[in-house]
Amino acid sequence: MFYREAGDFKTTYAEDNQTFPIAFDRYRYYIVLLIGVGVVPFVINDYWASAILIPFLIYAIAAMGLNILTGYCGLVSLGTGGFMAVGAFTSYKLMTAFPWLDMITITILSGFMTALVGLAFGLPSLRIKGFYLAVATLAAQFFLIWMFNKVPWFFNYSPSGQIGAPERLILGHAVTGPNAEAWAKYLFCFAFVFVLAWIARNLTRGSIGRQWMAIRDMDIAAEIIGVNPLRAKLTAFAVSSFYVGIAGALLFTVYLGAVEVGEAYGIQKSFLVLFMIIIGGLGSIFGSFAGAAFMVLLPVALKVLLVDTMGWDTAISAHFQFVIVGALIMFFLIVEPHGLARLWSLLKDKLRLWPFPH
Amino acid sequence: MKTLMTIVAAGAMAASPALADLVFPDLSYRTGPFAAGGIPFSDGYQDYFTLLNERDGGIGGIPIRVIECETAYNTERGVECYEATKGEGALVYQPLSTGITYQLIPRATADGIPLHTMGYGRTSAVNGDVFSHVFNYPANYWDAASVMVNFLLSENDGSLDGKDITLLYHNSAYGREPIRTLESLAELHGFNLNLLAVDSPGQEQGNQWLTIRREQPDYILFWGWGVMNQVAIQEAINIRFPMENFIGNWWAGSDHDVASAGEAAAGYRSLNMNRLGDMPIFDEIQTIVLDAGLGAGDSTNLGSVLYTRGMYAAMLAAEAARTAQELAGVADITAAMMRDGMEAMVMTNARMEELGMPGTGPEFAITCEDHGGTGMAIMQEWSGTEWVTLTDFIAPDDSVTGPLVLEDSAQYAAENAIGPQCADS
Repeated sequence: MFYREAGDFKTTYAEDNQTFPIAFDRYRYYIVLLIGVGVVPFVINDYWASAILIPFLIYAIAAMGLNILTGYCGLVSLGTGGFMAVGAFTSYKLMTAFPWLDMITITILSGFMTALVGLAFGLPSLRIKGFYLAVATLAAQFFLIWMFNKVPWFFNYSPSGQIGAPERLILGHAVTGPNAEAWAKYLFCFAFVFVLAWIARNLTRGSIGRQWMAIRDMDIAAEIIGVNPLRAKLTAFAVSSFYVGIAGALLFTVYLGAVEVGEAYGIQKSFLVLFMIIIGGLGSIFGSFAGAAFMVLLPVALKVLLVDTMGWDTAISAHFQFVIVGALIMFFLIVEPHGLARLWSLLKDKLRLWPFPH
Repeated sequence: MKTLMTIVAAGAMAASPALADLVFPDLSYRTGPFAAGGIPFSDGYQDYFTLLNERDGGIGGIPIRVIECETAYNTERGVECYEATKGEGALVYQPLSTGITYQLIPRATADGIPLHTMGYGRTSAVNGDVFSHVFNYPANYWDAASVMVNFLLSENDGSLDGKDITLLYHNSAYGREPIRTLESLAELHGFNLNLLAVDSPGQEQGNQWLTIRREQPDYILFWGWGVMNQVAIQEAINIRFPMENFIGNWWAGSDHDVASAGEAAAGYRSLNMNRLGDMPIFDEIQTIVLDAGLGAGDSTNLGSVLYTRGMYAAMLAAEAARTAQELAGVADITAAMMRDGMEAMVMTNARMEELGMPGTGPEFAITCEDHGGTGMAIMQEWSGTEWVTLTDFIAPDDSVTGPLVLEDSAQYAAENAIGPQCADS
C-alpha cells in the first residue's frame, strides 16, 4: 500500500541509485537514525548501555567487518578474535604512550594497524581456499593471542598481563574509563557504527564490492573477466580487518575498560562473530546488524525472562539458555539458511504487494 | 526485536525493591569450566545470609536480600551482572574472579560501591591510599607466594639456596599475579624459579608435565582453578612426582580437586585461608537453613573447603555491614557507609568464636592505608580421604611484598590520575 516504488518518481540518476529507493524505507531509516541520536541518549541508563546497546553496536561493527570478508568476498576467517585483539592492544599502546591523542584518532589508527596485520595474514588467501584458509586464519588467531600474552611490552609490563583503558575525553566528556556517562559512550559507538555502515554499504555496492562478489561466486571466472584477485582479496582482508580492529578497540576502550587477551579475544569470540553473520545473513549489511542483535540480546532477554521474571535458579536458566539459543540457531538455519536478512527481504517483497497479493 | 526489548524493559522494572533491605549481590558461576569451584563457594555465601535472615532477621534488624547472577567466569557476563544489580542498592561485590575484579575496580570505585576480593583480584589493592573502594583482606596472592616460600624455608632449615622451584600457573591475570613476588623472593633466597603457563581452561597440560618430568624441580608451586586442578594433580601422579613437594595455593586445594584422584593424591599440599574442622555454625546452618529446604545448593557441600570459604566471605561482609551500622548510627546502610564499615573492620578471635566459627580465619584490623589484613594462611595436606591442617597461620614476608605493592599501586595511580585518598579522612 505505502511500501512500493510506484508513484515515487526519480528525476536524477543519483536518486535512482540511492540505498533506499523506496520512500517508506528511506523515512524509516531517517526515523531510526533520529531515535538513535535524538531519543536514546536522553533515556539511556548504565544497564542499557553496558549490557545491551554498546555491545550490540560494537559487535555490529565486527560482524560488518567479517561479513565483508566472508559474506562478500567468500573468504572464511576464524581469526576475528585475534584481529580484534590487535585493535585493542594498538589502542592501549597509543593511549598510554601518547596521552594527548584523542579517542577518535586512536580508534581509527587502531583500525589501520589491524588492517596492516590483516593484510599480512591475508597473503596466504591467494594460494589457499575454503577450509584451508579457515585453518590459516585460525593460526593467526592463536599466534596473535599467544604473542599478546607472551611479550610484556604489549601490556606495559604489568604483573597480571591485563590492560586497562585510562580516561579520555571528547569535547569535555569522558568516553572511556569509569566516569564516562552512558550516553557519551553510546553516542561515540553510534557515530562509528553510522559512518562505518555507510562506508560499508557504499563499498559493497560499488566497483570494489562487485569485484569481491565476483571472486566469491567464482574466482577463476572473475579473473578471466579482468578482476585482479590479488587486489580484490587483499582489499577485502584490509577493509575487513579495519572494521574488526575498530570493533576490538571499542570493545576494550569503551565497553570493557580492562581486558585479558585470552579471555576477551579468544577463539570463542571468532566463533561468536561468525555465528552472527551466519544467522544474520551472509553478504548483507542489515544481516550484520540483525545477527549482532540476535546474539547480544537473546542471552540477556532470556536471563531477564527466566531469572528475573520467572524466578528460576540461575544455574538452570544458564543451562537452558544454551538449549534455547542452540535450538533457535538450528531452527533459523533449517527454516531460513540465508539468515535473518533473507527474512527481512522476503517481508519487504510481501509488503510491496500488500494488501492485494494478486 | 521490539518484543524482546519490551520483555527486557518489563523485567528490569519488575525487579525494583520497595522495602528496606541490605542487598548483597552474588556474582556466582554454576556453569562452565570453573563451576566446580563456583558452586560450593556460592552455596556457602548464600546459606550464611539465609541463616542470618532466618535466625536474626537479617543484620541489625534489616533483612538481607541476595541477588544471584550467573557470570560463568566470563568478564562480559560479569559486567552485565554488575550493571543489572548495582541499581538495586548493592552494598558490596565479591565476583570470585580476578578477571571480573579488574573490570569492576574502576567501575565500582566510580559508582562508590566497595569491592571485596578475598584472596584474589588485584594484589596492590592492599594500598587503600590508591584503591579507596577495593578491599582484599584477609590475604592476597603475593602473601600466598610469600607464605609458601616461608613454609618451604621452614621445611629446609631456613635455606632454599640452589633449589629449583617451578610455578605452574593458569595463563591469565589470576595465574600471573604471583610471578613478580616469586621473582623477588628467588633473588632473596637464591632459588631458581621456572615458569610454566597453562592456557585456560587448563585441561591440556601434557606438555608442561613433560617439562617437569625432564627437569625434576624440587618443588612445584601451583596456581590453578577449576578443571585445571584435577588435571594437574592427576598428571603429577602419572609422572610419580613426590606429592608433598607439589603445593597449591588456596584456590587449588578443595575437596573436588583431589577427590577423583583419592588415595593416589595423598600428600598433596595446599594453602587455605580457613582452618578446617567442625564448627558450631555448620550445625546451625544444617538445622535452620538446609533442613528447612532453604539452602542455595543441593546441601552436599556443607563443610567443604570452598563452602567454608564462601561462608567466611559472607561472614566478613555481614560483620562489615554491622560495623557500618554502628558507625553510621542507622540500620539501613548505603554502599558508602558499607565502605566505611569495611575500612573500620576489626576481626578478633573472640568475635569469630561468638559467631560460631572459632579460629576460622586470622585476626586482622583494616585501616585506610591497609586494605589487605595480615596475609596469613595455613598449610593443609590431603591425607587420601580428607584435608588435614598441617600448620598454624603462617605470616608472609611483608618486607618483600610491601615495596612491590607500593610500586604497582603507584603505577595504577599515575595511569589513572588518582591522588592520595587517606589524607583527608
